Amino acid sequence: MELLKLIGVVIVVIGFILKKDTIATVVLAGIATGLVAGKTPVEILDILGKAFVSQRLATLFVLTLPVIGVCERYGLKDKAVDLISKAKGATTGRVISIYLGIRSLASAFSVRLGGHPQFVRPIVNPMAQAAAVVRYGDLDEKTEDDIKGYSAASENFGNFFAQNCFMGASGTMLIVTTLVEQGVEVNALQIAMMSIPIAVIAFVVGVIHNHLLDKKLNKRFQQVAQEEQK
Amino acid sequence: MTTNEIIAEVFYCLIGIIFVLVGVKALRDGGMKRRISTALFWFILGFTFIAGPYLPYWVTGIAVVAIAVITATGGVKQSKSNDPQPEETRKMADKFGYKVFIPVLCLAGFAVLAASFLPFGASNAIGISAVAALVVLFFVTKAPAKATISDGTRLMDNVGPIGILPQLLAALGALFTAAGVGDVIAKGVSAIIPQGSRFIAVAVYCIGMALFTAIMGNGFAAFSVITVGIALPFLISQGANPVVVGALGLTAGYCGTLCTPMAANFNIMPTALLETKDKYVIIKSQLPVAAVLLVVHIFLMYFLAF
Repeated sequence: MELLKLIGVVIVVIGFILKKDTIATVVLAGIATGLVAGKTPVEILDILGKAFVSQRLATLFVLTLPVIGVCERYGLKDKAVDLISKAKGATTGRVISIYLGIRSLASAFSVRLGGHPQFVRPIVNPMAQAAAVVRYGDLDEKTEDDIKGYSAASENFGNFFAQNCFMGASGTMLIVTTLVEQGVEVNALQIAMMSIPIAVIAFVVGVIHNHLLDKKLNKRFQQVAQEEQK
Repeated sequence: MTTNEIIAEVFYCLIGIIFVLVGVKALRDGGMKRRISTALFWFILGFTFIAGPYLPYWVTGIAVVAIAVITATGGVKQSKSNDPQPEETRKMADKFGYKVFIPVLCLAGFAVLAASFLPFGASNAIGISAVAALVVLFFVTKAPAKATISDGTRLMDNVGPIGILPQLLAALGALFTAAGVGDVIAKGVSAIIPQGSRFIAVAVYCIGMALFTAIMGNGFAAFSVITVGIALPFLISQGANPVVVGALGLTAGYCGTLCTPMAANFNIMPTALLETKDKYVIIKSQLPVAAVLLVVHIFLMYFLAF
């Protein structure tokens, strides 16, 4: 009967896999868990309500939205684009690495750059492709795909691994509230500071990865050139 | 209530007001679908933030269930916002230049300073920095005060109901604890982790986070389950530094996000946007980095936490 208590975990896993409504899945998992554990409906509502009220700090990021929203209106994203455009003349890997750096910093300061639709498609990928065309001439489909993949990947690396460096990030607050709810006292400043090492490491690993892309492309097109000479 | 608690309640009221304003924005948008249920969602949410602590907790419990029913039936949509137009933002960008980064830098910088040097606690520091950055914003841009409301509610509407997921997951964690779910997982996992082997416990936690995140496509949900089941009994109660375990636990999960088509909006949808031939090209280019970073997480957590 012990295993029955895992029903909530099962509901969360299945709900997310089947892309059911996220909020309803989580609430349903909570209620089911409470029922299986023999709590009355009122007890369940009490626990749910108490935890929801006491963990409101997980939603503190809302307070940062007015500043970010107004800055967007005053050209925040346009200036980020200007910054990236300065990378003209760099190799494909370097263009992508420069974006990775800017994306990581933006993420660490909770700036929502809008990611794939607003930066990768219109700016980073075209610049990275152009850099390759300048060096190697016409690109084959496989190379174009590779560059697209690396461009999109750098968006994800920067976004994921740097975001918790911001104290008010929802990930940071999730860590704080989850641990506090379990009786472990930690605060947002501690979590944000402890998130810096992995943000830096992820940036370095990403840059090496992009450097290896340059090497790979060099090698690929050297071979093509040699074969053409024969 | 202590001073810090009163300050916190003021900030929660502000958040509640922002939620209510998103609801009002929906009510005013005569042309939108599901107008009433959308407004209701934001009003109920705002109500729990403002009045929650003064009511019996089961009232908030009912409110949470009501919110879930509304989202489950697709009742929350985005209403029309006054979105900034590209010509407008370009003109402003040319006028203000890189100065526009100043308020944003203040937002993060002030939070760290307020948490370090003011006696109001780390959570209140985030609210304090938001208010202080707003003042800086007015100095830099001379934006009308109204803009903070319209742009704040616009962004909140963009984020949508998913913004309360972390808070809900924390509440789910509370129910898991009350039911003893962590103990059941811990019993199962104890078969894998030899008594007293800290390194294996760290590895199981990090890999478990990555695996669960890859399966569900969501690191937040994985974190609340795996942390209660594995990190607490096998790491934190064995003397591991909880700050290290928590911070690196979530990002270890993100290594899983990089590998999975379940995280479609990060890994699959952009391939359509970029018109790639290979649907999995983003995941393929991420795999080596994800593997390296997962190994880094394990060693970093082991050496920093103990």
